[in-house]
Amino acid sequence: MIRAQSLSKRFGDKRVLDGLDLAVPRGGFVLVTGPNGSGKTTLLRLCAGLAAPTDGELEVDTPRGAIGFLGHEPLLYRELTALENLDLYGRLYRLPERRERSGAMLERFGLWRARNERAGTFSRGMMQRLALCRTFLHEPDLLLLDEPFDGLDAEGAELLHAELVERTATALVATHDPEALARRATARIALA
Amino acid sequence: MSGYAADVAALARKDLLLELRSRDTLPAMLLFVVSALTVFRFALPAGSSARAETGLLWIAIVFTALLGLGRAFAAEREEGALDGLVLAPCDRSAIWLGKTIGVTAFLVLAELVALPAFALFFHPLSWELVVAVALADVGIAAIGTLLAALAAASRARELLLPLMFLPLVVPVVIGGVGASVAVNPASFLGFLGLYDAVFVILCWASFEYVVTE
Repeated sequence: MIRAQSLSKRFGDKRVLDGLDLAVPRGGFVLVTGPNGSGKTTLLRLCAGLAAPTDGELEVDTPRGAIGFLGHEPLLYRELTALENLDLYGRLYRLPERRERSGAMLERFGLWRARNERAGTFSRGMMQRLALCRTFLHEPDLLLLDEPFDGLDAEGAELLHAELVERTATALVATHDPEALARRATARIALA
Repeated sequence: MSGYAADVAALARKDLLLELRSRDTLPAMLLFVVSALTVFRFALPAGSSARAETGLLWIAIVFTALLGLGRAFAAEREEGALDGLVLAPCDRSAIWLGKTIGVTAFLVLAELVALPAFALFFHPLSWELVVAVALADVGIAAIGTLLAALAAASRARELLLPLMFLPLVVPVVIGGVGASVAVNPASFLGFLGLYDAVFVILCWASFEYVVTE
């Protein structure tokens, strides 16, 4: 569950979020829309604990190890292979059978054949698929996804859509294309 | 292996693997330290004191470390991987310790070339010098890694890191030169050990605050 009250975030003189009230119940799937610079990414980073609010209160009842965060950057190492990247995160999240899980995740997102290739050689879409594998690897209870369909081709978008429909985790998804997830969404927030 | 030790091992292993593949940092450190010692060899007048010669070795070591530290978080900056590590449920000090182990390893490898070169160009190595270098490596890597993480978040990181790092390692140079040339090196070695203990504890405890806003 996420609850924000009068949440504000400033970067220097620029106020990105201003007095936002938000409540995402457990199991809720909330789409966050708004123009560029409206604070979608900042809101997700605040919820992930990667940034601190300037004012207001923010309560996220999910421990950080149970958060799946997908940002603008893939949070991966270019010199490690796809499998090595997931293995590293699997170790840090202390996942049982992490190799099997990593392999299954790569297979699910169509990257099994590229498992031993360095992430730095991946196209934008493949990198996004790998970032999605990293995000879902530890079966998170809270998903914080920033433009998850970015860079994905039709097949990748379909795979992600199926993944999101299947999962019951609470989710806050920032998107410019809310119609893609309209059926799955339980609520929408529009940031100005 | 305990969970904490396993996290540190995984992170240190990752850094060594990245360097093995990219070869970004270590070759530059090796080239720099050998070049610096070569320049010092010809710049120093004949008959210079052992203190002057040893002082130049320590300057070479500090700047070689600075070169490596400037790249310490390069891989994490590239694709935002530091956020991924910060989000992981491991103790955040493990990120610092893993990185410090990697930095220490690169520094030791550079010194495996630098110390014989110093012996060749200037004078034979003493055991006090070798012990002092080993002790200094720990302190340099500990404080350097923390400051490199701090600087990595800034746009002016190339400027910020030397500005923060160099004043803090002046005691290492004083202790290192003292241990290498003093009649009684024990007090200087003790000073370096104390410096290590203080900064390792400080950096270990404060890293969490450096990587979170």
